[in-house]
Amino acid sequence: MMTDVTNTPVQQNEAELGDYFALMKPRVMQLVVFTAVVGMLAAPVSVHPLIGFASILFVAIGAGASGALNMWWDADIDAVMRRTSKRPIPAGKVTPGEAMSLGVALSGLSVMMLALSANLLAAFMLAFTIFFYAVVYSMWLKRATPQNIVIGGAAGAFPPVIGWIIATGTFSVEAWLMFALIFMWTPPHFWALALFMRSDYDDANVPMLTVTHGRPATRRHIIAYTVLLAILAVGTGFTAIGGPIYLAVAVVLNVLFLMGAWRIWHRDEEDAEEDNYLVERKFFRLSLYYLFAHFGAILLEAALKPWGLGGWS
Amino acid sequence: MSIRTEHEIHGRRKGRNVGVGIMLAGFVVLIMALTFVKITQIDFANAPGTVGPASGTEVTD
Repeated sequence: MMTDVTNTPVQQNEAELGDYFALMKPRVMQLVVFTAVVGMLAAPVSVHPLIGFASILFVAIGAGASGALNMWWDADIDAVMRRTSKRPIPAGKVTPGEAMSLGVALSGLSVMMLALSANLLAAFMLAFTIFFYAVVYSMWLKRATPQNIVIGGAAGAFPPVIGWIIATGTFSVEAWLMFALIFMWTPPHFWALALFMRSDYDDANVPMLTVTHGRPATRRHIIAYTVLLAILAVGTGFTAIGGPIYLAVAVVLNVLFLMGAWRIWHRDEEDAEEDNYLVERKFFRLSLYYLFAHFGAILLEAALKPWGLGGWS
Repeated sequence: MSIRTEHEIHGRRKGRNVGVGIMLAGFVVLIMALTFVKITQIDFANAPGTVGPASGTEVTD
C-alpha cells in the first residue's frame, strides 16, 4: 500500500528562509551596502546602473557569507552571550555545518560574480575582505588579543574601497580615506558597547579591552581614538570627496562625539551604574548616526557635483 | 487509500523552497540582464581584427 507519509527526518526547530538570512547578519549588510554604494558613487567614474546594482548586490552577498562563517566559528561564544544567544545556530534552528556550507558557497559565488560584473581587482578585494573577517578576525584575533576590534575593524572598512574600485578599477587616496574613517570609528563604537554590555564578554572569555585592561583603560582608549577620528574626519572635508556640506556635518558631529567621549572618560563605574550606563549608551547610539551622516554627506557632495554644487570646485 | 498528514513543518519547508525558487529565478534574470548590458557596451565596430567604417575595406593579399 502506498502512503504519502514522508521519510524525511523531522526536526522540531527546522529553519525557515529567514533564519538563513539572519545568518548573513542583515544589519551589518546594511552598513556594508550603504558604504559600498557611497564609495562607488563618490568615484569620478560613472557606472551603468545595472552593473552598479549587481556589483553592490554581490558585495552584500559576500558580506553575508563572511557573517555566516563568523556565526559558524563563533557559535560557542554566541550561545553564552546574552546579545547573541538567539542567533540561528545557538537557537538550534540551523546546524553549524549548514552555516559553514552556506558561507563557503556564497563566498565563492559572490567573488566570482563580482569579477564578472565589475573587475578582477574588486573581486580580489572582496575575497580578501571575506578572508580578513572570517579568518584573521574571527579565527585568529577575536579570542587572542584585546586588539581584536582595532585590527578586525579593517574588515568592515573595506566596502567603500571595493565600491570605489567597482567604478574606477584602481585604488586611490580618497578610497583609503573612507576606509580610515570606518577603521578609526570601529574601536570607540565597540568599546562603548562593551562597557554597557557588562559581563557578556567576560562570560564568553573574549579578551575585550574591558576584560584584559579594565574599564578605566577602555574609557581612556575611547577618548584617544575619538580625538584621532575627529582629526581624520574633519581633515577629509578638505579633500576631493569632501566639501562645505560634509565639513559642516563633520564639525558638528565630531564636537558631539568628542563631548560624549570626554564624558565617558570622566566617569567611573559607580557613576555609570547609577544611571545604567546612560552616557555610554548615548555615545553608542550617536556613533551609528555619526557614520551614517558622514557617508551621507560624502554621497550628497558627489550627487550635487553634476550641478556644479558639490565639493570645493 | 493514502494517508495525508499536514504538519506545520511542511508549510515551513514549502515557504523555504518557494523562497529559494524565487531567488534562483531572480539570479537568472539578473545574469541575463548583465549579459545584455555588457554585450551592448562593447564597441564591435572598433574591436581588434574588424574593419571599422573609418579604415575602409579590409586589406587581403
